[in-house]
This record gives sequence, structure tokens and C-alpha cells, in this order.
Amino acid sequence: MIHTRALTKDFTVGRGEAVHAVRGVSIDIEPGELVAVLGPNGAGKTTLMRMLTTLISPTSGEATVAGHDIATHPARVRRRIGYVGQGNGAGHTQRVHDELYTQGEIYGLDRRAARTRADELIEALDLGALRERKVSDLSGGQRRRLDVALGLVHAPPLLFLDEPSTGLDPQNRANLWEHILRLRERHGMTVVLTTHYLDEADTMAERVVIVDHGRVIADDTAEALKTKLAGDRLTVGSPDVRTLSRLAEALPGARDLASSGERLELRVSDAPTAAAELLFAARDAGVPVTAVQSHRPTLDDVFLTLTGRSLREESSEVSK
Amino acid sequence: MSTLVRDTRIVMARELRPVRRDPFSVIFGMVQPLVFLGLFGPLLVGSLGGQAGVLGGSVWQWFVPAILVMTALFGTSATGANLLFEFQTGAHERMLVTPLSRPALLIGRALKEMVPLAGQAVIIVLVMTPFGFRPHPGGALIGLALLAVFGIGLGSLSYALAIAVRKQDWMFWAVQQTLIFPLMLLSGMLLPLETGPSWMRVAARFDPLAYVVDAERALFAGEWSADVAWGWVAALTTAAVGLAVGIRAMVRSAE
Ligand SMILES: Nc1ncnc2c1ncn2[C@@H]1O[C@H](COP(=O)(O)OP(=O)(O)O)[C@@H](O)[C@H]1O
Ligand SMILES: [Mg+2]
Repeated sequence: MIHTRALTKDFTVGRGEAVHAVRGVSIDIEPGELVAVLGPNGAGKTTLMRMLTTLISPTSGEATVAGHDIATHPARVRRRIGYVGQGNGAGHTQRVHDELYTQGEIYGLDRRAARTRADELIEALDLGALRERKVSDLSGGQRRRLDVALGLVHAPPLLFLDEPSTGLDPQNRANLWEHILRLRERHGMTVVLTTHYLDEADTMAERVVIVDHGRVIADDTAEALKTKLAGDRLTVGSPDVRTLSRLAEALPGARDLASSGERLELRVSDAPTAAAELLFAARDAGVPVTAVQSHRPTLDDVFLTLTGRSLREESSEVSK
Repeated sequence: MSTLVRDTRIVMARELRPVRRDPFSVIFGMVQPLVFLGLFGPLLVGSLGGQAGVLGGSVWQWFVPAILVMTALFGTSATGANLLFEFQTGAHERMLVTPLSRPALLIGRALKEMVPLAGQAVIIVLVMTPFGFRPHPGGALIGLALLAVFGIGLGSLSYALAIAVRKQDWMFWAVQQTLIFPLMLLSGMLLPLETGPSWMRVAARFDPLAYVVDAERALFAGEWSADVAWGWVAALTTAAVGLAVGIRAMVRSAE
């Protein structure tokens, strides 16, 4: 559905100074996939998406999207994709139903079909009570649902969502996701979204592409990324941390051991099994253990392993 | 070609929908011209009305056609702000990802400018008739058509300006205000240039607005003079240049 080869975008800002927003991205996304592009603010997610949706042309590299080259056949690409940008797609002076109707006309539906389609989407995205409301009078969550509806008018085989849930409260986010997933189920859409919410990428996406400084630094299922790149964490309490460390070193996949006071922390490939093993070994060696706690890694741990920085901190810093 | 026409119609219909839903918004574009009519008109009568010949027979006959041009000037030159707003919200970006033809995004918007403008002009003419304004019917219709063509051009230029300054949006009003007042004063819209210094009359020859104002005065008086022809030349040129510049800007507006 999407194939990019060394896709690159440089912006010139100020006096000939170049910003390398996207640097040589090559990815392949198959029909039906649900892919989250995760990365801190400024990583190049929006720029990547703006190239794939034909809004801006790449500095170098190539891409085919929905079967057509973005450089040579942008018009064909546009017919086959839906796009929900970072801002508000719906014009603020328009009314909800009007804007959906116009979108239908743009994609070649006749009057009646455009009206029916607008009604269907209003129903599907729970906008019924807001039909005649002006967009500027909608709440953030309602407006976002309308934006998604606009992206779906022509039932595109491929849908791009740029930070669909940024700025929404947890309930509205969950609600929006429910809608997106249901519509995806019904239409068998391929969905590519960007986010800087770790939990969103983790729980919703089947595949996570981590982007940093314009490059793809990891690409796999969230589970595989966590297991391969971060591993579980184990925290063990004991008055004899020294002996315990020695025993822990023998555990499968043990690394990053760190002890402080009566606490030992380490990474292992499978925390529950390792915990049991360590407990047996400690008992045999006569080392008392006061507490054991295991943590599954998060995508933030993955990002930390890859870059030495925490995604959580970066995102909150920029959004301040 | 047929997609261009179809897309232009879609864009125009979308732009007109808020006007249709809220017809009173048309009135806001008339605030400044009405202020000039109500507050400046009487002063004009007081100071120049007595000097026979300067303004012709009736002050209103001289002033109302000019106020119609002023309505076009204020309304259509400000319309780029609407597009600027759609840049900021993301609505314009959404349209650029659809298969809509990019020239249509400009032409549809520019053509739409005719509608509120015609509405405003008709209201002004109707309001002024009881005060002794007597438009020549045929001339008035042609005058409105001339104004519509000119409005398309000004609107296009306003959109082009909005696109050019989209990354420093405060510049929009700075440039618009800086251009609008010299154009207006040099056109002889508010006060006759005949009483001004000769350099002003020379400068006025380069102001397309001046030709449009003269043509409107002639048309509303039912005089078929060369002024009318020159007015059409000015309006058509403004429309052609405006559309060309605007379309170019629109095609590049995604970057
Ligand atoms: N139109 C532009 N002109 C100049 N620089 C830009 C432009 N768009 C994005 N950038 C820069 O490119 C980098 C990537 O931005 P972006 O793609 O918006 O990141 P993200 O969506 O991941 O937050 C940033 O450094 C940003 O400042
Ligand atoms: Mg972004």
C-alpha cells in the first residue's frame, strides 16, 4: 500500500540554513495494516505524512502510495487516500452537514449520494445532534470526530491520521479510537497514524515505526520491540544485594544491573520466569529476599534504549 | 476543462454557504461605506455642493456610485483573511489533499465575491433612492456587472496576498491597509481630484480604481462616454491579472 525508498525532505529556513526534516526513510506498508508512527515533536512525522499525501514534494527519494507514484501521479494518489491532518480539516464557518456534503461532492458523488453519505457518517461518528451546528461551536472532541468523518467520505482504502487524538481528554480519545477501529473493521482500511502518545501506539497499533531526527530507528510490533530492545525489568529487595547480584547475573538475558541500598534492578528477557528462578537460587544460597517486582517494558523504555532519551519527557517539554 | 468548471462550482457553493446561512454577514461588509455615506456625504454637500459644476448636478449622483466602488474595495480586499484563517485551522490543507483542481480553489473563491458585493450594492442603491439618488436603470445594471468583474480581480489579489504572507499573517492587514488608502484617495472617490494638485491627477492615471469610479459615475448617470470603456478596461485587466497571480499562488500554496 505504501512503499518508500530513501524519502528525504530538507526545508530551507532563514538565510539558506537547511532543516533535515526527513532523512532517507524506506518503509513498506501492506494492505490492511494499522501502523503507528511514533516519535517526539519535531521528529519529522508530519513532514513524512505530508509527502505521502502529495502536499509537499520530497527533496529526494521516491514513494508509491495506494499504487501510484506521489511525484508523477499525485492526482491518482489523492483519489485513493483519506487524510486527517494535524489541524482542523473542517472549515470553522461551515456547518457540520454542509462540510460533509461538500466533501462528498469533491469526490464526485452526486447530490443525493453526497447527502446520504454525509448522513451515514454523521450517524457512524455520533454527530447526529450536531448536524446543523457551526464547526466553530463544536468541542475539540466533536471537531476531531468530524475531521475523521471528512477523511472517510469516499471510503478510502488508505487513511492517514496525523495526531488524531492530541489535545483530547482520555475519554474522548477512547471514544475516537472506538470509532476509528470500527470503521477500519468495516471497510478493511489500511491506517497509518502518527502520535506522540506512547500508550496509544502501544495498545492500538499492530506495528510501530519509531522515528527520531527524521530517521526510522525501529520498526516492528510493539511486543517485539519491547522484548528485543528493552526487555522486562525486575526489582528485587534484599539485605544482601551483593550476593543477589551474583546470582542474578546468571539469569537468561540479564543485563543493566544496578543496585542501590537494599534494592537490585536489572533487565531480563522474561521477568516472571526470571523472578521464580532467582527466588529458588536465593533460597539455595541462603540469601533472604524481601520483595520482588516485575515490570513489562513500555515503548518509552524502547525509545530510551535506542536514543538514550525519554520520549515522555521530550513530548511534555515541547508541548509546554 | 469540465473538471475545472465542476470544481469551481463546488468551491463557490461551499464559500457561499455561510453567506446563505447567515445573510446578515453581508451587512458587515457595508459598515465602512455606510459610515462614509451617512457622515461624509452631508459634509460633502455642505462644502462642495454649492460650487456648481464640481460635482455635477446632485451630490448623491456623484457620491453613491463611488461608495459602491468603495464597498467593493473594502469587502473584496479583505476576503483573503478568510483563506488565511483556513490555512491556520487546516481546512485549506484538507482541500489540497482532495482531487480538487487547484486553480478551482482560487477561481471559485474569487467568483463568489460577486454575490455579497451585488447584494451590498443593491441595498445601497435602494437605501439612497429616497434621498434623491436617481440611477439610470440600464446604466446601473451594467455598473453592477462592472463592479462584479472588478471585485473578482480584487478578491483574487487579496487571496494571493493571503497566500504570500501565510507564514507571517500579521502582514496581511499591514499590506492591505497600506495599499487601500492611497488607491482610494487617488481614485477621486471621496473628494474630486480637480481641486487637488496636478501631481495627484497624474498619479491617479495609474490607479485602476480611478477608472472604475469614473465609469460607475457615468453609468449610473446613463452617460455612455469613453469613461465607461476605460472602466471596463481597468476592471477586466484587474480581473485577468488578479486571477493569474492568484492561481499561481494557489498552485504553490501547499509548500
Ligand atoms: N514548512 C516548514 N518549513 C521549515 N521547517 C519545517 C517545516 N515543516 C516542518 N519543519 C521542520 O521539520 C522538522 C520536522 O517537523 P515535523 O514533521 O512537523 O515533526 P513532527 O510532526 O514529528 O512533530 C522540525 O524541525 C520542523 O521545525
Ligand atoms: Mg506533527
